[in-house]
Amino acid sequence: MDNIAGTKSSLTWAVHITVVLLVALWVFPTVGLLVSSFRTGDQISTSGWWRAAFPTEQTMQFRTAGADEAIEEDGVWTLTGNVFDGSGTDPLTISAWGTSSRTPNAYEAGEMVEDDGESWTVLENGDYTYTSTEEPSRRGERFFGSALVAPEFTFGNYQRMLFDPSNVQGMSQAFFNTLTVSIPATIIPIVVAAFAAYALAWMEFPGRALLIAAVVGFLVVPLQLALIPLLRLHNAIGIGKGYMGVWLAHTAFGLPLAIYILRNYMVGLPRDIIENARVDGATDFQIFMRIILPLSFPALAAFAIFQFLWTWNDLLVALVFLIDSSGKTTVMTRQIIELLGTRGGDWEILATAAFVSMAVPLAVFFLMQKYLVRGLLAGSVK
Amino acid sequence: MAQITLNKLNKTYGAVEVIHDIDLKIADKEFVVFVGPSGCGKSTTLRMIAGLEEVSDGELWIGEDMVNDVPSKDRDIAMVFQNYALYPHMTVYKNMAFGLALRKAKESEIDAKVREAARILDIEHLLNRKPKALSGGQRQRVALGRAMVRNPEVFLLDEPLSNLDAKLRGTMRAEITKLHKRLDATFVYVTHDQVEAMTMADRIVVMRDGHILQVDTPQELYDRPVDMFVASFIGAPQMNMLPATLRHTETGFAAEFDGRLMPLPVQDNPARLASFGDRGVILGIRPEDMHEAPPPGLPSEQLAAIHGTVDLAEPLGSEKHLNLSAGGVQIVARVSARCPAVTGAPIDLTVDMRHVHLFDPDTEQSILYGRDS
Repeated sequence: MDNIAGTKSSLTWAVHITVVLLVALWVFPTVGLLVSSFRTGDQISTSGWWRAAFPTEQTMQFRTAGADEAIEEDGVWTLTGNVFDGSGTDPLTISAWGTSSRTPNAYEAGEMVEDDGESWTVLENGDYTYTSTEEPSRRGERFFGSALVAPEFTFGNYQRMLFDPSNVQGMSQAFFNTLTVSIPATIIPIVVAAFAAYALAWMEFPGRALLIAAVVGFLVVPLQLALIPLLRLHNAIGIGKGYMGVWLAHTAFGLPLAIYILRNYMVGLPRDIIENARVDGATDFQIFMRIILPLSFPALAAFAIFQFLWTWNDLLVALVFLIDSSGKTTVMTRQIIELLGTRGGDWEILATAAFVSMAVPLAVFFLMQKYLVRGLLAGSVK
Repeated sequence: MAQITLNKLNKTYGAVEVIHDIDLKIADKEFVVFVGPSGCGKSTTLRMIAGLEEVSDGELWIGEDMVNDVPSKDRDIAMVFQNYALYPHMTVYKNMAFGLALRKAKESEIDAKVREAARILDIEHLLNRKPKALSGGQRQRVALGRAMVRNPEVFLLDEPLSNLDAKLRGTMRAEITKLHKRLDATFVYVTHDQVEAMTMADRIVVMRDGHILQVDTPQELYDRPVDMFVASFIGAPQMNMLPATLRHTETGFAAEFDGRLMPLPVQDNPARLASFGDRGVILGIRPEDMHEAPPPGLPSEQLAAIHGTVDLAEPLGSEKHLNLSAGGVQIVARVSARCPAVTGAPIDLTVDMRHVHLFDPDTEQSILYGRDS
């Protein structure tokens, strides 16, 4: 008996630790993606997203002015100037510099270096002096410098991925395509399932138990099993590839779970209320519309959230039933895969695309989360 | 006109028969109460009248129509459920207006009727609340109001007071009785509480195991129960059942219990009693027919004595309940509060033999008041 208290408290701790771990597991990549999507490619490649809010030491490549501006005196050419003149960037403080890409931080600012007939001086403010016994190249001499760069965030990635009509790899078309898939693919199964669930829960007819058993059976049919037969059916009856096909497919794949969840919820509504409505003079349809539907709202909302998230994140069904060679009907998941292939190194693009595709599910989840929890619990716990 | 007639009514669930051939006529504007223990079929009968359960066999008439296959909404009935069955997502007003709105009544007419019902039930100030913001008694009133607004010919009430506390139950009991007078409709009321049955009913229907045992006015049911079940179901504390032997004496008949002869009241039908001569019978005595002293003005041939030991004396203030053992059985007597009996003491009680009952131990039927068989 005396270990009961101990068991309970250690379990509580286990629960708390697990929750913290789960939250961390979810939050870190999400925030990382979000932060990365506001950074430039250079920033991403030089420092991690967790340092985005702090100034970073960046190594930059500079060039001296070209040979045209060199001043020759006694066989010695001299180039002077400031690296930030005309570069368009704000002046920075150079802390270290070098002449070789292998050792870009070899010398401190202000130091003078002589080597093989060349001499270099680079000051903190970017002023440089270069002398050489040979004529410098026309494009100027290359050297490197490190400077602290203030944190900087940009909407450029979003501008480019969402609002640039010339960007064929943009996400805007795919975003609306995904919406076009998801919203009807959420509404249609809920409407159908609500009717079916009411009938299976509250109307007496022969074969009802068999139908319920069949619904439970369909729950475990793998979706992949039905892909090819369904597509052949769609082609045979003339639906072909397109939105209608993908709506029907999502509806079919979502219905068993929808009916199952809604029926279980509706069957738990008090019998007296329904009987009272019947005595009050309501038909089955009126009972359904005016009593059952409003009372089933938590379950409807819970399933709607699920179905929306599934269809939003779906790739397989869209690939099979929707996306054709024209690419006009591509969805975001597909678009991101394309980007991975063509722009695999441009993380800022990928992070932006990923976050665009996550934004709507996140918003849905945060707005509706109380229904999600309530709707799932309501059927099981009284 | 809304008399209800049950003609050889049957209800079966698969192979299980729960209501067996019951016959009953409920007059127009009558208040009939069904009582019986759990599972006796009283609620099922009510639900058949409501149209919520199908009639398996027999005929059910409401008014001039046989309604076996008429859906509930066309039977002109209203029902009040045990747990009120208010629509949780609607306000009290909407709850009460629901039935009328379904019948496409005019907005102004609905409003007038809802407000009238709310006024009668004193729930006008609650019309804009949702059911979850109401107390049990208020919900009960709303449920009643919802039934009232449609002016049905028949009210069906299924244990409407059983979820209320004792005090509220008393108040609502009186209000439902008043409502019945006021609405002038037929009331069918199901309860397992005999106090509700006794206080409210014009007639009580006692049911057991799907059979109707007795239909009578409350007083008649109390005074002349047809069998041991009815006798012990009605009345608290329960009627005492003493094993006795029927004896023929010079003056008539007597029951022998604990070695004493207890003279039985004069019978309309001595021949019937004679057929039980010298047989074992069950002598039923109500607790209030036992007195600590002979009641004044009664001749001694209408009295008998019981000697026992007090196991427990329960003073209730206005009266005292004595649990005693006598002749090997447990007896409860209701005596005056001033009776000096204390636990453990022997006591002599006088029985008023004018009101005793006799039962056949084999059939449990009443010998004095039973149906002629």
